[in-house]
Amino acid sequence: MTLLLVCEQLLNGLQYGVMLFLLAAGLTLVFGIMNLVNLAHGSLYMVGAYVATAVFARTGSFVLGVAAALAATLLVGMAVEVVALRTLYERDHLDQVLATFGLILFFNEAVAVLWGRAAIHASVPPFLSGHLELPGGLRYPAYRAAIIAVGLAVAVLLGVLVSRTRLGMRIRAGASNRTMVSALGVNVRLLYTVVFGLGAALAALAGAMAGPIFSVQPGMGEEILIQVFVVIVVGGIGSVRGALVGALLVGLVDTLGRAFLRPLLATVLSLSAANTAGPALASMLIYLLMAGVLLFRPQGLFPASRG
Amino acid sequence: MSAPLLEVRGLVKRFGGLVATADLALDVLDGEVHAVIGPNGAGKTTLIGQLSGDLRPDAGAIHFAGEDITHLGAPARSMRGLARSFQITSVFRDFTALDNVALAVQAHAGHSFHFWRPARADGALREPARAVLESVGLGHRGDVLAGSLAHGEQRQLEIAMALATRPRLLLLDEPVAGMGLEESQRMVRFLRDLKGRATMVLVEHDMDAVFMLADRISVMVYGRVIATGTPEAIRSSAEVRQAYLGEDPAGSVATR
Amino acid sequence: MASAARSAWPAPRALALLATLALLALVPPVAGLLHQPFYVELFRRVMILAIAAVSLDLILGYGGMVSFGHAAYLGVGAYAVAVSAHYGVTSGLVQWPLAVLASMAVAGVIGAISIRTSGLYFIMITLAFTQMLYYLGIGIEEFGGDNGMRLTTRSQFAGLVPLAHPTVFYYVVLGVLAAAVGLGHRLVNARFGLVLQGARSNEPRMRALGFSTFRYRLAAFAIAGGLGGLAGALLVNQTEYLTPDFMHWTRSGEIMFMVILGGMGTLTGPVLGAIALILLETVLSGWTEHWQGLLGPILVLVVLFARGGLVGLLPAPRTGAER
Repeated sequence: MTLLLVCEQLLNGLQYGVMLFLLAAGLTLVFGIMNLVNLAHGSLYMVGAYVATAVFARTGSFVLGVAAALAATLLVGMAVEVVALRTLYERDHLDQVLATFGLILFFNEAVAVLWGRAAIHASVPPFLSGHLELPGGLRYPAYRAAIIAVGLAVAVLLGVLVSRTRLGMRIRAGASNRTMVSALGVNVRLLYTVVFGLGAALAALAGAMAGPIFSVQPGMGEEILIQVFVVIVVGGIGSVRGALVGALLVGLVDTLGRAFLRPLLATVLSLSAANTAGPALASMLIYLLMAGVLLFRPQGLFPASRG
Repeated sequence: MSAPLLEVRGLVKRFGGLVATADLALDVLDGEVHAVIGPNGAGKTTLIGQLSGDLRPDAGAIHFAGEDITHLGAPARSMRGLARSFQITSVFRDFTALDNVALAVQAHAGHSFHFWRPARADGALREPARAVLESVGLGHRGDVLAGSLAHGEQRQLEIAMALATRPRLLLLDEPVAGMGLEESQRMVRFLRDLKGRATMVLVEHDMDAVFMLADRISVMVYGRVIATGTPEAIRSSAEVRQAYLGEDPAGSVATR
Repeated sequence: MASAARSAWPAPRALALLATLALLALVPPVAGLLHQPFYVELFRRVMILAIAAVSLDLILGYGGMVSFGHAAYLGVGAYAVAVSAHYGVTSGLVQWPLAVLASMAVAGVIGAISIRTSGLYFIMITLAFTQMLYYLGIGIEEFGGDNGMRLTTRSQFAGLVPLAHPTVFYYVVLGVLAAAVGLGHRLVNARFGLVLQGARSNEPRMRALGFSTFRYRLAAFAIAGGLGGLAGALLVNQTEYLTPDFMHWTRSGEIMFMVILGGMGTLTGPVLGAIALILLETVLSGWTEHWQGLLGPILVLVVLFARGGLVGLLPAPRTGAER
């Protein structure tokens, strides 16, 4: 367990965290402003991944793939919003959970029909396939570094959007007091659509970037979605800042845990015990983190609305 | 003079930058009807919330029957005899009126970890509930779903539920809110008949109701009590008139 | 004026339930006549999932707690039985109580953390904890990891109740289902059940009346978990194979769908819903391998337009009668 290895895993944790942030930021706003549980958010991520991969494979242009993913996901997202989600805004959480669960089943089968059940291959674009030479002799894949860069850039942009624009002001107001916002004359319908679209775009971006490093297969959205939920619970519903802190925390804890818990345990337990307990415990770490945060802050670290 | 049943000292509650309760003091004597009045924004709702246990004060103390209840939650306060009715009718809409009151009786009839006997056949719950319903004039409406009752009847049900817990102190949050003239008169008469059964703290805007019911009145402005006294004293107090109605002592309406 | 104690169920729902149970009791002889033993297996699976759905309805339909992690308790129950058998403990008299107690304990812990929250938080947290248990199951190589492991033998009852015999096992499950619905009915109409329903209807009101709702919700959560664990014990006996998939969150969704499809908050509903959903799945999967893609939109339509479920099609009970 060298310093180099630790640094590499730190970067990986950062990269994973940034991916989680892209998904969590949109979803936490949808939760906070529209009070809508949208389990199908992971499906938008999946659509983004599939479209980007397919278009890149067809045209050889990664950038075109990303653009197509954004467009396709926005389209699909808007269709879903108009057809199903509009009626769900008024309904209780149970209805939303069940209906969006139904959407998940539909989307997973739809991609299976189009591309089969097996994972499809997505390659790293040539212009990002090298390695970065970092101080200390660390070589880090350029693609992953690019993800970190893009993710942090989006975080900064979102931060500016939320804190310095009028739209951002409406978003913050909506997250902390939904009914007041409509009473003040803000066009709530439009705000909802914009927020939802923003979330869909972020999910598409995450999906498009995820292709080369995660497996692109039906159900990929739900695997990551639950971790996104953990992020949102830890960060606090409705807060982009909470989503960032939560995502980085979860990303780092998960990555570092998987990499180092077993070796760490092996120093105090027998090797076989460490081999059993290590991976099992590592996969539980982020949920234990969530439980820990909830014991002290049932509303998360930065809840947008108080009380 | 005996100690007040409810004693509030130095109560403070802030919401971000807004100070809703600003060093408030209040005494409620055993057996009296004590009305709390004040213009909109005076902080009456916040006060009720802190008295009922739904809001935690930032500072100050609340003593009930000699005991410090400041840090107790709503269920614990109810068990000590402090009941409330809600300003916006809050009943169990899919239960019948009788079920509603029986549930209130059940809350104070020991624990509810009983899993076998049907509660709706339990005379120990149903009989007292029926009696309370009868006493508020809803005896004939016991089998109607609470959600289907008229607005005035729902307000009566609210009070019935509070009474069924056999409280020492009743917090009434705008009991005649949204009632027509006849209905509110009926409610006022009913509350007046209650006068021996429980001490009452009444938050109300309807001045007729207040002056007919109250033994003493406290006037709240900007989160504190500026005057307490008998209805006559309050009615004739220039200070109250100025703060509440905006009149200056010369009788013309203040422009500020 | 005292009214007669209402111990009779609202007629239409009770009739529907009794008719359903009677029909279920007839499946083995009919299947025997038709030489189709497959139906015994099918309906036995339906009944086991119905028990799980009934357990969920207690907290979802009556308690208003949208727990998306109920499959966790099926998993715990299944693991209790399979792991005991793995270590040589094959008596059902030990395994089944262990399954119930273990799942109650897990439900107690999860509930203690999640019931303090509400709304969106509660849904996400229960989902997250289920996933955690799923990953735990995958991680334990000793019990097969994500491949799972075979159940060495079905639960033994000192030779008196041979579960290896399909029809005997069938009637055991039917008995458990009938008992679950019967006990559930008593529970929701007892003092405990009314507190649960009141807390669902108007929690601030309950607290203002003096009820400390947390402890009752937690108890209900644990009881529902325990019954779910029993369903899990039955399930692993049915499949004779243990897999972490029992705890996958899509299983939770399936059980929740059954409750809604049948009509939540009725106890009869989950039973009808289980039958309807499994039959629907069986028919759809006969048409196409992509049957889940059809099931999804059906679920959406049911949620949007048929919220009352199958029970909602029956005549409504008298006002004020027991549910």
